[in-house]
Amino acid sequence: MQAMLDILGGLVLVSGTVFLLLGALGLNRMPDIFNRIQAGTKTTTLGTMLTLAGIGLMQPDWSMKLLLIGLFMLFTNPLSSQVLARAAHRGGARKTPETEVDRYAEDHGDPS
Amino acid sequence: MSPLLLTMSVLLAAAMIVAGIVTIRARTISIAILASGAVSLFASVMFLLLAAPDVAMTEAAIGSGLTTFLFFFVLGRIRSGNYD
Amino acid sequence: MVDLLIYLAAALAGAAFLLVLYRFLAGPKPADRVIAFDVLTIISITGIALAAKIEGRIIYLDVALVYALLSFLGVIVIARYLERNL
Repeated sequence: MQAMLDILGGLVLVSGTVFLLLGALGLNRMPDIFNRIQAGTKTTTLGTMLTLAGIGLMQPDWSMKLLLIGLFMLFTNPLSSQVLARAAHRGGARKTPETEVDRYAEDHGDPS
Repeated sequence: MSPLLLTMSVLLAAAMIVAGIVTIRARTISIAILASGAVSLFASVMFLLLAAPDVAMTEAAIGSGLTTFLFFFVLGRIRSGNYD
Repeated sequence: MVDLLIYLAAALAGAAFLLVLYRFLAGPKPADRVIAFDVLTIISITGIALAAKIEGRIIYLDVALVYALLSFLGVIVIARYLERNL
């Protein structure tokens, strides 16, 4: 039973780190800061959650603490991404020419 | 120490050197503060890999968290002209 | 088999670490460096969890908990500084 859980946990672990690698790739390839925030934060949240779940499958008696770490990540990570995106927008960050919708500028005025 | 952890330590040491070079050669002071926070972050993981989790916890809280926080707070105060 | 999967996961996380480190070095604006710093912290949490699994010591996970709390505070302070609102 535990051997099967070990292999399943390893597969989940590898899929989580694949998401981390995709997020890092998006951080390098995206054209402007907002796309980079999008690629960098969402994929790494999912990647870390999957990694912690994989380790929890391998070591079932650690699952309480891993769940706590995952819960903190789930709360704090979107919050920091939102705060950083708002700071970049207010600082007048350059948008890529393909940007069509900017609700924040419609509501609060464009600073740039 | 297993070979995997040894490889991770070498990678972290190289990253620490690179972040230190960024710290002393940065153009603006905010980038320098951020890079010194990164040095502290890598040092904390390095302490953990060297089997000292309590030192790593202190380094993460003081070095990477509180020092960066304090530097940016003081920098914002200096810029806005409120010295009190 | 399981050891091989853990090694593969560590190699992928190391590649992600190097890519984000490049963005941290080259980022043209301070906001790029801040987001790269945040992602470096998150990848470090993964690395700490992997190290805890390899060494088999649950006490290492406490450091990951401290990281998950502190990266958030740091990014919020830096964002307030960039907004010129501190």
